[in-house]
Amino acid sequence: MSTHEQSMTLNLKVWKQKGPKDSGHFEMVTAKNIIKEMSFLEMLDVVNEDLIKLGKEPIEFDSDCREGICGTCGIVINGQAHGPWKATTTCQLHMRAFNDGDTVILEPWRAKAFPVLKDLVVDRSSFDRIIASGGYTSAKTGPHPDGNAMLIPKPIADRAFDAAACIGCGACVAACPNASASLFTGAKITHLMMTPQGQAERERRVVSMVDRMDQEGFGSCTNIGECRAACPKDISLDSIAIMKREYMNAFLKSDIEQREVREDA
Amino acid sequence: MSIILDSKIPSGPLAQKWSSHKSNIKVVNPANKRKYDVIVVGTGLAGASASASLAELGYNVKTFCVQDSPRRAHSIAAQGGINAAKNYMNDGDSVYRLFYDTIKGGDYRSREANVHRLAECSAGIIDQCVAQGVPFAREYSGELANRSFGGTQVSRTFYARGQTGQQLLIGAYQAMMRQVELGRVKLHARTEMLDLVLVNGKARGIITRDLTTGEITRHAAHTVILATGGYGRIFYLSTNAWNSNCTAIWQAHKRGAAFSNPCFTQIHPTCIPVSGDHQSKLTLMSESLRNDGRVWTPKRKEDIKKDPSTIKEEDRDYYLERKYPSFGNLVPRDIASRAAKEACDAGLGVGTGRAVYLDFRDAIKRDGEKTVADKYGNLFDMYSKIVDENPYQSPMKIYPAVHYTMGGLWVDYNLMSNIPGLHVLGEANFSDHGANRLGASALMQGLCDGYFVIPYTIGDYLASQSFEKVDTNHPEFKASEEFVNAKIGALLKNNSKATKTTTEYFRELGLTIWDHVGMSRNETGLKQAITKIQNLRNEFWENLKIGSTSSEVNKNLELASKVADFLELGELMARDALMRKESCGGHFREESQSPDGEALRDDANYSFVSAWEFKGVDKEPVLHKEPLIYENIKIATRSYK
Repeated sequence: MSTHEQSMTLNLKVWKQKGPKDSGHFEMVTAKNIIKEMSFLEMLDVVNEDLIKLGKEPIEFDSDCREGICGTCGIVINGQAHGPWKATTTCQLHMRAFNDGDTVILEPWRAKAFPVLKDLVVDRSSFDRIIASGGYTSAKTGPHPDGNAMLIPKPIADRAFDAAACIGCGACVAACPNASASLFTGAKITHLMMTPQGQAERERRVVSMVDRMDQEGFGSCTNIGECRAACPKDISLDSIAIMKREYMNAFLKSDIEQREVREDA
Repeated sequence: MSIILDSKIPSGPLAQKWSSHKSNIKVVNPANKRKYDVIVVGTGLAGASASASLAELGYNVKTFCVQDSPRRAHSIAAQGGINAAKNYMNDGDSVYRLFYDTIKGGDYRSREANVHRLAECSAGIIDQCVAQGVPFAREYSGELANRSFGGTQVSRTFYARGQTGQQLLIGAYQAMMRQVELGRVKLHARTEMLDLVLVNGKARGIITRDLTTGEITRHAAHTVILATGGYGRIFYLSTNAWNSNCTAIWQAHKRGAAFSNPCFTQIHPTCIPVSGDHQSKLTLMSESLRNDGRVWTPKRKEDIKKDPSTIKEEDRDYYLERKYPSFGNLVPRDIASRAAKEACDAGLGVGTGRAVYLDFRDAIKRDGEKTVADKYGNLFDMYSKIVDENPYQSPMKIYPAVHYTMGGLWVDYNLMSNIPGLHVLGEANFSDHGANRLGASALMQGLCDGYFVIPYTIGDYLASQSFEKVDTNHPEFKASEEFVNAKIGALLKNNSKATKTTTEYFRELGLTIWDHVGMSRNETGLKQAITKIQNLRNEFWENLKIGSTSSEVNKNLELASKVADFLELGELMARDALMRKESCGGHFREESQSPDGEALRDDANYSFVSAWEFKGVDKEPVLHKEPLIYENIKIATRSYK
């Protein structure tokens, strides 16, 4: 159990922004009575309780499961998406990562495709629209072949899972100097192209998802790798390479198919 | 409106009820489906699978969720797995065995017909998910892998590492997003349902608040589906997500829907223990860990502060293996939780005193660290991030925490509440788990309801009604909207002069429920709880400091609105627990226990589903009863010894 002697005081430099049209600014807020066992979000809960009692506006931030799986939370902490710990979401970052007297800078995910709604809360519905453009198999609800009718070798199933573990938090976009969504999009393309069930729509999917990613205003990938460094789920950079290769294959194949159609005519 | 409980269970032999019902119910012809508007609230496993399936059929679906994306609904956090009677392991599993285990696990307080249907549909769920590309765990043969869960003696649990809920939810979410793209589902994220609208006694719409702009909007439809999850967050500290709440089902209850078995809550035995007052939530460590982890405490009080690795084998009490030799560490959750509480009450708790060990030493010795990491790696990582200890080297410390609520809105066999047109799916209804849910059965129920039940039964309802034309200008919509605005106004009215915050009320409520309506309950405590909650509720409306009065993004206002509803539901939970003088499953009344401390049921007097009718916030609710009739199972004392 924690004792009072261990409690810390931190100086938070927090991004405050009233809404999408406000230009926003930093404000200094003191975080008092912080103990090492707290998660980063619990530290913000304590700060907000203090602010509310003083009659001040609390800091708005998103969170839900608070166990690192839903992908709701996300704060750029001292310039790093989700803060200093490797493969860790903001809600799983604990205050033992900080020391008494530290100044900590808190900013929202910054990207054209993620407009700030208020303070540290951003709109990531562009990710949903990327999935809607093709991140699925078109299997309808109903009877399907037995689950064991099509065998999937364990190493393949494991690789599909590794890519499917993406939580859609957007840290990859926040970390990327180009605000590219390639790691997110590549992860879904990799997950589905690994499984036999994903084969039927393989080319259509990659073209559609990549095009949508561009339309939503995400930048291009220039192989910097910051996305991977910030990813709380350790999604491999291979998924971006796979996406690019799949896109090229699909592009060439569709070109060939169209040429064949022309020649037939 | 007086409540009539007609369970509408089809006649005929148990194993044929569902198939004959499906053949006999009405269907809506394909061209007519697009004429019906369906509202779905919630995008967890039940809501997302229902939205996708109904849109595929051709209905106009409007789907709502409070999260910023439907992919984040709390089903995502389910770790261990999903049950299905595939019998891939050739270990004697069958539809009947899954049915029987679920009824027995629920301590004979669930409906036979519903549970049998669940078992029948279970195998199809796995096939559906595989077709969606869900990356289940596989053997080297390429076949699907299985493991064991509590309360069963077969291995029927399918899983995707420790992230099964995530993978199943993403599958359902993707299917739903495909329909969004096709224009058949209109998605409203960051939108909260604040009231249900009834027109001439039928559910015809909802009132919502846009959590970004604060705008209050009316939505009309021919039928409403609530798939808004459970109410475990009422305990403040639980494994539920920050935004999990009871508002949608509670508001439906206040509009006339019966609330069943509200006191049936599940306390999960293996969670990371409470570490201090700052804590906002508790984290589950999957039940699957009990496949390989052994639960123990020191035998002697003087050993509780010792380094566990120095405590000799003969000085350890593997109390579950000792008390329940045939199920060992895999007894159902209610039994494992109570045993942990007993050990800690006896002064044998470790760490803070409210914890027991879950030890992987023997599994690591037997199978090697790599095998253990392969199965549970992400759980071990999560544990070490939160606790700052390495569970590969020293045993985990765990303690029970609130996890799931078996109670919920009363529904008939068609998953419709007593309000015509109001359907309730998944954890939000009461139907399948009785007084205790078995592990890996929540995912099964959510997907069964959404993929394989509601697509049939909703057609029967729609085809058998004549609908008057109702739009959002109807006076009932106006009245509902005024009610919602009044609630928000009342929450904010004392903000400037008030002194007590939402979180302070929430913590106090949670603690009261945990102390008196938690792992064990008695008459005195329950009566105290009712008075305490009433007083707290009165204080809440007089002295609530929300902080920001912004009508736009205002998370403290959202929270206050939820706490306001929890303050009413809490009283009903205590009343239900007080009424049920027997012990059953997760509901342990201290006055009703066997000589060796096990839950003692009273089938003569309590073999029924409670269904409470709302009469007003400060008025006593009225109890209705649906008798439980067992035609196929012989009711017995539940034993896992």
